[in-house]
Amino acid sequence: VLISVICSPPQNYPLYIRSIPTENELKFHYTVHTSLDVVDEKISAMGKALVDQRELYLGLLYPTEDYKVYGYVTNSKVKFVMVVDSSNTALRDNEIRSMFRKLHNSYTDIMCNPFYNPGDRIHSRAFDSMVNSMMMQVC
Amino acid sequence: QRTSYEWYIPKGILKTGWMNKHLNLVPALVVVFYELDWDEPQWKEKQSECATRVEIVRQSLQGRNTKVAVVLIQKKTPLPPGEDVIASERAAALCNACDLSGKSLFVLPHTDHLVGYIIRLENAFYEHAQTYYYTEIRRVKSHKEFLNKTTHQLLFVRHQFKIAFFSELKQDTQNALKNYRTAYNLVHELRAHETNMLEIKTMAGFINYKICRLCFQHNTPLDAIAQFRKHIDLCKKKIGSAELAFEHAAWMSKQFQAFGDLFDEAIKLGLTAIQTQNPGFYYQQAAYYAQERKQLASVLCNHDSSVIYPNPDPLETQTGVLDFYGQRPWRQGILSFDLSDPEKEKMGILSLQLKEKIVLHSELIITLLSNAVAQFKKYKCPRMKSHLMVQMGEEYYYAKDYAKALKLLDYVMCEYRSEGWWTLLTSILTTALKCSYLMAQLKDYITYSLELLGRASTLKEDQKSRIEKNLIKVLMNESPDPEPDCDAAAVKASQKLWADCVSLAGSNVFTIEVQDFIPFVQCKAKFLAPSFHVDVPVQFDVYLRADCPHPIRFSKLCISFNNQDYNQYCVVEEAYQKSDILEQSSQGTMCLVPGKTRKFTFRFVAKTEDVGKKIEITSVDLILGSESGRCVILNWRGGGGDAASSQEALQAARSFRRRPKLPDNEVHWDSLTIQASTMIIYRVPNISVHLRHEPPALTNEMYCLIVTVQSHEETVAKDVKLTAGLKPGQDANLTQKTQVTLHGTDACDDSFPALLPDIPVGDLQPGEKLEKPIYIRCGTVGARMFLVYVSYLINTIVEGKEILCKCHRDETVTIETVFPFDVAVKFVSTKLEHLDRVFADIPFLLMTDILSASPWPLTIVTSQLQLSASMTPVDQLESYVENVVLQTGESASECFCLRCPPVTNASGVATGCYIISWKRSSPVESVPVVSTVITLPHVIVESIPLHVNA
Repeated sequence: VLISVICSPPQNYPLYIRSIPTENELKFHYTVHTSLDVVDEKISAMGKALVDQRELYLGLLYPTEDYKVYGYVTNSKVKFVMVVDSSNTALRDNEIRSMFRKLHNSYTDIMCNPFYNPGDRIHSRAFDSMVNSMMMQVC
Repeated sequence: QRTSYEWYIPKGILKTGWMNKHLNLVPALVVVFYELDWDEPQWKEKQSECATRVEIVRQSLQGRNTKVAVVLIQKKTPLPPGEDVIASERAAALCNACDLSGKSLFVLPHTDHLVGYIIRLENAFYEHAQTYYYTEIRRVKSHKEFLNKTTHQLLFVRHQFKIAFFSELKQDTQNALKNYRTAYNLVHELRAHETNMLEIKTMAGFINYKICRLCFQHNTPLDAIAQFRKHIDLCKKKIGSAELAFEHAAWMSKQFQAFGDLFDEAIKLGLTAIQTQNPGFYYQQAAYYAQERKQLASVLCNHDSSVIYPNPDPLETQTGVLDFYGQRPWRQGILSFDLSDPEKEKMGILSLQLKEKIVLHSELIITLLSNAVAQFKKYKCPRMKSHLMVQMGEEYYYAKDYAKALKLLDYVMCEYRSEGWWTLLTSILTTALKCSYLMAQLKDYITYSLELLGRASTLKEDQKSRIEKNLIKVLMNESPDPEPDCDAAAVKASQKLWADCVSLAGSNVFTIEVQDFIPFVQCKAKFLAPSFHVDVPVQFDVYLRADCPHPIRFSKLCISFNNQDYNQYCVVEEAYQKSDILEQSSQGTMCLVPGKTRKFTFRFVAKTEDVGKKIEITSVDLILGSESGRCVILNWRGGGGDAASSQEALQAARSFRRRPKLPDNEVHWDSLTIQASTMIIYRVPNISVHLRHEPPALTNEMYCLIVTVQSHEETVAKDVKLTAGLKPGQDANLTQKTQVTLHGTDACDDSFPALLPDIPVGDLQPGEKLEKPIYIRCGTVGARMFLVYVSYLINTIVEGKEILCKCHRDETVTIETVFPFDVAVKFVSTKLEHLDRVFADIPFLLMTDILSASPWPLTIVTSQLQLSASMTPVDQLESYVENVVLQTGESASECFCLRCPPVTNASGVATGCYIISWKRSSPVESVPVVSTVITLPHVIVESIPLHVNA
């Protein structure tokens, strides 16, 4: 079970959100939404200092009984959130980190597209297939 | 008391009465207070009475190890130890009589230092109690040797628990914790089976609670959390009987709740929690398990109402309580894993299920959720808080408390709306719509429908279609169809409510402020220009767009302004028949077709008194339905827009995407911007104002500025007024040094104003030209701005309406003022030698030199030398420069022969002044002559004894 989400900075609305399986989608959406509390807090704790040396990966945001929620924030404060099944012990911090990096790269590609208007919800085949392959790998 | 355990088979882990026994029944120490002084005359009798009392206490303790102590309450202050011989003798005797050790006899003198004695006694008692618990621990430990692992597994846990419990009573929390931990591990070593699972879990829960509590007490919260996690991981899967799975969920919920309480307690005592680790998470998890319990109960306990509670009650025991914690009342003390009486087991389970059926789960869940909300509020988790409140709302919905549900959902809705989480918003709205349907809350029902039909709703088309049809029914004063998945009984009740609503007359107009949510009709109003001249009709467009699946009719569109007089001109109305409302093919004026932008153009003539003011659209009202059915007024404050439109406008503004070309009469919704206000400005004047003058102005001259006003109007310009003079808002000193007048023939003085306001000039016929000279006197050099302002009234016809407009035109001009000439003065001798001083009684010459600085020719009318008293002229002082015309750069000089009588003043004497009368030699006749006075320098006069005249 995994979702990857991106939220744009000022309003925090989801630019992209996917989950497998889809039946519990609403619950995941809530989970991701609530995790933004922690992301916000972590960002404000980081402060403005050392922006360029800052670690983008926020680590485990908070554990629930069933899921682990991880966060990642770009320098422009775009947030990536991933929710993984707690029982999935194969995923260690390093794997999560590299997944986030992949996601970030893919997102950067989208931003480089002159036809993409920043702030619009993402509809990109390349991004979809990247997310799909990542989900396959995890599930 | 047993001495051997060999044949003893325990029937359970821990007796239910044990803890209470040691907490409240068995004392560690009994103290006998007895009034007796050492010098008591009847010592013997008293001593034996005391001994009897002690004996009574001992007997009632029935051989328990409870300590006994005696306190003698004395009236006299005791002597220091060893000095009172009688006291020590009698003390020894008393101890002997009571069979006490010397350490158990105390004296409490009833004197001034009572508090001190009491504290000492307290400590002594505490020591005795500790000794008691120490021996109890030793006693329990000594049993351990006799235990064997096969038959006494339960006893290992029991003894370990007791040791820990006694340690706790001994206030030795470190050892208590250690022993509880051992006990916890032992519990999980027990052979578990469905039949004893509850017992194991109950004990594990108790011990876990103790460990966590002690960890918090030792200020090691991380240990507490780690223990709790371990506990949960170990017990999560220990469900026990599948038929009683709800019991496990309830137990899990209890574990989390208890830990949350412990955590919260610790925080109240000073522990600091953080955002990601606070009691809220535990309450939240407790709530989830409570939900699971509810869900399991609904599956497992859905017995038919004909199933009756078993008789005799299998949950009843002889004593009314259980012997051991966590055992089943119908098979207490049975250790075998085989069920000896399956029928009894069945009855037991049934009775538990029936009991579960009447539990108010929602109440439990809501309590836990609200506990969690309170915590998350504290730890900066607004979204978590909102989420929990949604869950509370949903739980209230399940509990059929729709009013409370709606209140909560409505409260948090805006958070999700403002953050743009449409899926979540839609889900909340759907529940809210159900609640409002079930309560037949018309206004809420309409409001939620409006938003669920809107563009933010993620509902499927068929759902939207259903909601729209219901909305139309409501508008026609009919009952809507029930929402799907609602409780059948509740639907029945609500249908009755709806029927009442329909039959009830009145209160059928609902005004809904749509600004703060995302309704299915969008509105943007736009003035065609940021300002309108008063003689031009004000024009604006109102754009409407519906996002619902089916076309929708409206009955009226009206716009309100800050000046309400205009409201009447901006109404679109069309009375329609009730039956028309479903006619989808009609795309008349009053019909909004999904996805199409509709434009309504309005124009009106602004009032002349609004000139210079802002006209603002204060609201746009779109009326759905009709007065005869139900009327819903969608009210937009200002020029439209809703909760999502500003973000959309921002995105649209950023976008570089090319929009497909549309037919001429259509527009892209995104490209429209709201313009809710416009300015009404003066009518454009149709006159010309020309200024004619010859700059620069010369100091103090009457500078002539000729104003020419010509009317190009087609009708007569009435009440023409001219304002001329120094433009206000410049340096205040300029106002003092500038005078303006209409009469240039005579020079004006300082009392004249700097600005002449509203000089009436009468009417101007079409094409008529008017010339007006203005005279300005500037007392100082420098630049000045002058204003010429012509205003008039004129009648015009706008849209067939005659209005009287005020028009004006202004011109400003900057005029530089310069000195007309420079005057140089020097003293020379009669031989034209330069003098820096003059000699008394010797004639000398005063030479003046006027150098013209004016770009225009100057006429020196005359000049005059006014000598001071100390100077005397040698010959006639007549002007040599009379009527001389000076061109730019030319100069005119004259020379006067003077003499100065001897003076005593060494610093010099005043010479007098030189007055030049001049005017511009311009063709304009009757220019007044200006007199410029030049003060001549002082001169030093020296007396000399001898002067040779050669």
